[in-house]
Amino acid sequence: MSARENILKAIAMNQPKLAELPVIDIGSTIHYEDSYAQFRTVLESIGGKVELISDLTVLKDQLISDRLNGKFVVNTIETLGEVDQKAAFLSAFELEKVEKGYVQGTVGVAENGAVWIYESQMINRLVPFICQHLILVIEKKNIVDNLHQAYEKIDVSKEGFGVFIAGPSKTADIEQSLVIGAHGARSATIYVIE
Amino acid sequence: MAVKHAELAEKFIADEPRTNWHDETLWFVREKRDKAAHGLPEWEQLREWGSQIKNNTLSNLSNYLKEFEEKATANGIKVHWASDAQEHNEIIHKIIQKHGIQKIVKSKSMLTEECHLNEFLQHKGIEVVDTDLGERIVQFRKEPPSHIVLPAIHLKKEDVSATFHEHLQTEKGNNDPQYLTEAARQHLRNKFVESQLAITGVNFAIAETGGFVVCTNEGNADMGAHTAPVHIACMGFEKLIPKAAHLSVFLRLLARSATGQPITTYSSHFNKPRSNQEMHLVIVDNGRSKQLGREDFRNSLKCIRCAACFNTCPVYRRSGGHSYHTAVAGPIGSILNPNLDMKANADLPFASTLCGSCTNVCPVKINIHEQLWKWRQVIVAEGYVATSKKISMLGMRFVFSNPKIYRLIGKTGRGIMHLFPFMINNKLNVWFKQREMPEAPKDSFRDWYLKNRKN
Repeated sequence: MSARENILKAIAMNQPKLAELPVIDIGSTIHYEDSYAQFRTVLESIGGKVELISDLTVLKDQLISDRLNGKFVVNTIETLGEVDQKAAFLSAFELEKVEKGYVQGTVGVAENGAVWIYESQMINRLVPFICQHLILVIEKKNIVDNLHQAYEKIDVSKEGFGVFIAGPSKTADIEQSLVIGAHGARSATIYVIE
Repeated sequence: MAVKHAELAEKFIADEPRTNWHDETLWFVREKRDKAAHGLPEWEQLREWGSQIKNNTLSNLSNYLKEFEEKATANGIKVHWASDAQEHNEIIHKIIQKHGIQKIVKSKSMLTEECHLNEFLQHKGIEVVDTDLGERIVQFRKEPPSHIVLPAIHLKKEDVSATFHEHLQTEKGNNDPQYLTEAARQHLRNKFVESQLAITGVNFAIAETGGFVVCTNEGNADMGAHTAPVHIACMGFEKLIPKAAHLSVFLRLLARSATGQPITTYSSHFNKPRSNQEMHLVIVDNGRSKQLGREDFRNSLKCIRCAACFNTCPVYRRSGGHSYHTAVAGPIGSILNPNLDMKANADLPFASTLCGSCTNVCPVKINIHEQLWKWRQVIVAEGYVATSKKISMLGMRFVFSNPKIYRLIGKTGRGIMHLFPFMINNKLNVWFKQREMPEAPKDSFRDWYLKNRKN
């Protein structure tokens, strides 16, 4: 018999009698009066930055000026300007030099400051991780209170990959001293459109 | 028994200031966990849901695993099954050989530690670069991690500085964590961009979707997995959960219990390989199906590896992870490891005060301290305790079941402590180590009671 059959057989023999799944009542989980304020407070406490904007003008200007100044940026958001489709074919070696990544998020989570991003919003799976500075854009109406609500709004198996990102990359592996910028983005700024 | 927790702990506590630092630092992490948990009114409800979901998973595991395999395969993931550590390592080695891979990066996976994958590959002349900062530090030092979430928590920044000076040519004596982390960032980014294979662990695998989730703060799992043309994810079969919606419960519990963060920086959901990428998933048993059959111990398989039980444990905090001489230390390790090798790990269930704090903080409600106590009984019954302990236990049984002898010994003992204290306060008495002996009372409680009842 193969390892597979052996393992499955041993498990079937040894597993206890069926225990029911709990009913998860989302109504009983935490809600905030102002979910944006909570989102902002949490993100700032974990090293992220939050900017509330009324439209995309600021970001569009920023992208233009980044490009004019010769900064290596990857924009994946159509409404901001030209999308860098070429990122799909760039190697990690090339992407390692990306100064800034502009990425659209789907949902923001007030309780933990996380933003959900689908693979299609990244163009290349590496972009939100490998860029030195990450710019995320979400709409205020897409901020939910907690993770249960977030999973109701997204479909984790819709695409090949998806991620919740909460703030910049960090570590405390040396004497528990918090250092921002471990391997991933050194900063994460989340622009929330009103 | 080759090594004993007490002997190894003795080495650790020889440096008292460092022991105190270790103790206080982990307690600080425990306090952060409390703050995060108390921030959610539904915390206890969440623990209950987490526990019930895991109970259901274990009770229907064979079906969930088949469902998971079917969905993952349909997603383009190659699923492998390994009965033990050897098979796990061989599967990975075969993939490496097939592609002629030389550059390997690995993010944190306690399973690969349990299987001693790095050593196995090293014997075949293959080098693996651990990319979690803490793991890279201990790898340079040729040490195992001492904590499953904070691998280098036994080290001070001076140690890291010396290690990096030797291996990464950082400035001698520069102990700034910011500077040292930056050096590791540069060093490891070079490793990521040239990697041909990324090995990662799995935090949760979802039966319903065939996908899996990997959580990190540093982003090292993603840097590797999205670069390398081949990704191998390794998981013990107990990492399964039934539905994607259950991720909300576990991701809310995991980081809060581990470090007091509301969520890890990156919670990556892998469903399919990217185009031209090969994605493998190795499902490992290695004693788990046997543990599933042990009624008293099966729910240790509910563990989500948050290490809250480590941080709260008075014994772990004061003895360090290396004294547990296993990949998973701490209270949870002490109930998992006797199943893997009862003889070699017979000391571990005794490395506890049975205070129960581990059980109280466990996000999936594993009755850890009760299992520690039950393992002690199994280990004694199987004859895996030292003869001295067995004899003294038999002696105590005799004394405690004979009241007259008990009273006589009590009286003699009190007399000796009054008249000849040096007979107790000496090096031969292990209870005197690092401790003052108490003043012996004049009377026993029984004497006092008999006297006072008459009044």
